[in-house]
Amino acid sequence: MKSLQELEQIKQKTLDSVSLRKDRAGGIRIVVGMGTCGIAAGARPVLMSFLEEVQKRNLRDVTITQTGCIGVCRLEPMVEVTRPGEEKVTYVKMTAEKAKRVISEHIVNGKIVNEYTIGAAE
Amino acid sequence: MEFYRSHVLICGGTGCHSSGSSDIREVFQTELKKNHLENEVLLVQTGCFGLCEVGPVVIVYPEGAFYSRITKEDVPRIVSEHLLKGRIVTDLLYHDSIHEDDAIKSLDEVNFYKKQKRLALRNCGVIDPEKIEEYIAFDGYKALGKVLTEMTPEETIELIKASGLRGRGGAGFPTGLKWDFTAKAKGDKKYVCCNADEGDPGAFMDRSVLEGDPHCVLEAMAIAGYAVGADQGYIYVRAEYPIAVKRLTIAIAQARQMGLLGKNIFGTNFSFDIELRLGAGAFVCGEETALLASIEGKRGEPRPRPSLPAVKGVFGKPTLLNNVETYANIPQIILNGPEWFRSIGTEKSKGTKVFALGRKIVNTGLVEVPMGTTLREIIYEIGGGIPGGKEFKAAQTGGPSGGCIPAEHLDTPIDYDSLSEIGSMMGSGGLIVMDNDNCMVDIARFFLDFTVDESCGKCPPCRIGTKRMLEILDRITKGQGEEGDIEKLETLGKNIKASALCGLGQTAPNPILSTIRYFREEYEAHIRDKKCPAGVCQALLQIVIQADLCRGCGLCVKVCPTVAISGERKSPYVIDQNKCIKCGACLEKCPFKAIVKG
Ligand SMILES: Cc1cc2nc3c(=O)[nH]c(=O)nc-3n(C[C@H](O)[C@H](O)[C@H](O)COP(=O)(O)O)c2cc1C
Ligand code: SF4
Repeated sequence: MKSLQELEQIKQKTLDSVSLRKDRAGGIRIVVGMGTCGIAAGARPVLMSFLEEVQKRNLRDVTITQTGCIGVCRLEPMVEVTRPGEEKVTYVKMTAEKAKRVISEHIVNGKIVNEYTIGAAE
Repeated sequence: MEFYRSHVLICGGTGCHSSGSSDIREVFQTELKKNHLENEVLLVQTGCFGLCEVGPVVIVYPEGAFYSRITKEDVPRIVSEHLLKGRIVTDLLYHDSIHEDDAIKSLDEVNFYKKQKRLALRNCGVIDPEKIEEYIAFDGYKALGKVLTEMTPEETIELIKASGLRGRGGAGFPTGLKWDFTAKAKGDKKYVCCNADEGDPGAFMDRSVLEGDPHCVLEAMAIAGYAVGADQGYIYVRAEYPIAVKRLTIAIAQARQMGLLGKNIFGTNFSFDIELRLGAGAFVCGEETALLASIEGKRGEPRPRPSLPAVKGVFGKPTLLNNVETYANIPQIILNGPEWFRSIGTEKSKGTKVFALGRKIVNTGLVEVPMGTTLREIIYEIGGGIPGGKEFKAAQTGGPSGGCIPAEHLDTPIDYDSLSEIGSMMGSGGLIVMDNDNCMVDIARFFLDFTVDESCGKCPPCRIGTKRMLEILDRITKGQGEEGDIEKLETLGKNIKASALCGLGQTAPNPILSTIRYFREEYEAHIRDKKCPAGVCQALLQIVIQADLCRGCGLCVKVCPTVAISGERKSPYVIDQNKCIKCGACLEKCPFKAIVKG
């Protein structure tokens, strides 16, 4: 160990992975509906795609969790995205490809992908 | 580092380990593989969460779901329901961790944790103790870096002095002052030692720190080394703590590899290394002169001490000795400043103290509270009270060196000074709760039995005196107590305290003196009336048949192994007390509940 900066680098590298264990209020939450209906409709690849993108882009402060059936089975796989201080956005009929776009536009740039949302579907 | 969407923290402390947590980890591994989740979900074996009573404990993040009493059979459900489908398995959650509407409370809201303040235990149950990176992520080794690059040794000592930190090993000596003595002692070579002997039966906080957060002790020792001018450290840990020894060994190797121990740490000319010394687990080896002798490879016997270890310690060189928990506080004091630390606790005792709650308490386990918390808060609010709604009788603090605290002092704010005022002591932090089913004479006998066993035998007051006291207590519990025994115990106790060579003997009479102080009438009942009010001392128990309830069925006669019961059928039977061995067989058999202990 040569310097405090070197220590800080190790800290930053590990911090993302351990910050999950602190009770956090802030941060972006991505919730994937993983009830039986969701899984049958292909929710797993969607979840995997989110994970891959978050890791690839080294995004901080993003929590990805799953939940049971969100309620509108015919629109599964469904995903809810909440950015701190903003309304929850619900995306429907998601795919792995769509997940990538949600990450790049909504998560990174804060622009909701309107065409995938539940409002657009109904 | 990889991104995992979920972390499963499995308690790997000794308590949960013995209730099967390592099997659980294995099943988790297989189940995750089976469900192809191994790249999404991280398994982390941590140190103790504190709630050993409901172990093995598993916490799943990001939800913070607190699963308790988990068995191997529960794991597939947690994996397929919670980790795969996102449905928390509510019926496996710790009962106090959910709101009425089934929503999960954050850990700070759970009663057990609400009043706690975790400083020494801050990383226990949060990080993987076998990964130095996780310690660093929670600001580990930053205090060492700060001290080495921005502060002088003198400033470091002044900072510790200003914090008001006192030794957590028992005596409560001001830590900064001890560092100052060692720094000012003349010598070309100095040592920094850590007392991890933890001999008090019923105490396990030091073990938990070493198992859950070994790096914080290493970091603190290096800081101490810089402050006092030492380049070598020893940790004296008992060999009966295999998990602690293993994690310390791993931690030392990792710290060396990263250059956080060894030569020229943080590019300065400060060098420091640490070695483990395994003790055979004798209580007396926790005493400082005995411990230092044992580190040198000599017999672990106390020495008369004209000079302090700070002047003449290991190998005759100036030596700093502190307890594990004392060290565990150091890095945060450096990072947050002495004012922050002084703001916690009471006027003369700053910071927090870890207690090991045991015996008659719902939540046995480890708790850390600010100094000045009352016994009532610890026992009823954090500890969950006494099982079966029984009444509190007394608590024993300080283990075999301490004393008991009766109900009248439940509201005393606990710190070093208030505890000695009421005839007990902080000690290392064992806290044993007793209810009305506990006999105070028997408790006193239990602790004295321990010290008589552990006395090294070097000096007569302790070797012979404590033995005499034990003989008297033995007689009293057997119904052979005599008038004047209590006074004899008091005189012997006072004399031993005044004349024993080391702390073991000097404090051995405390449990007896304090139980006499608060429960004299219980001693008198044993001696005068030959009765044990709590019904514990076997020899004083009488099992009697209540004539008015006995229907003379004769069932009891058949089960009595010593043929002590006699009588005519259809009329009340009687027990011959000389033949009765108090086995209680008749008591269980009687269909009319006519037989009672008294
Ligand atoms: C019989 C006896 C046993 C002791 N056992 C321990 C022990 O297990 N752990 C400990 O830290 N201190 C123990 N002590 C206290 C140590 O002698 C010493 O005071 C302490 O380690 C100093 O560290 P501190 O100033 O950080 O508390 C014991 C003392 C006596 C007399
Ligand atoms: S007081 Fe007891 S333990 Fe201490 S030196 Fe004397 S005999 Fe040994």
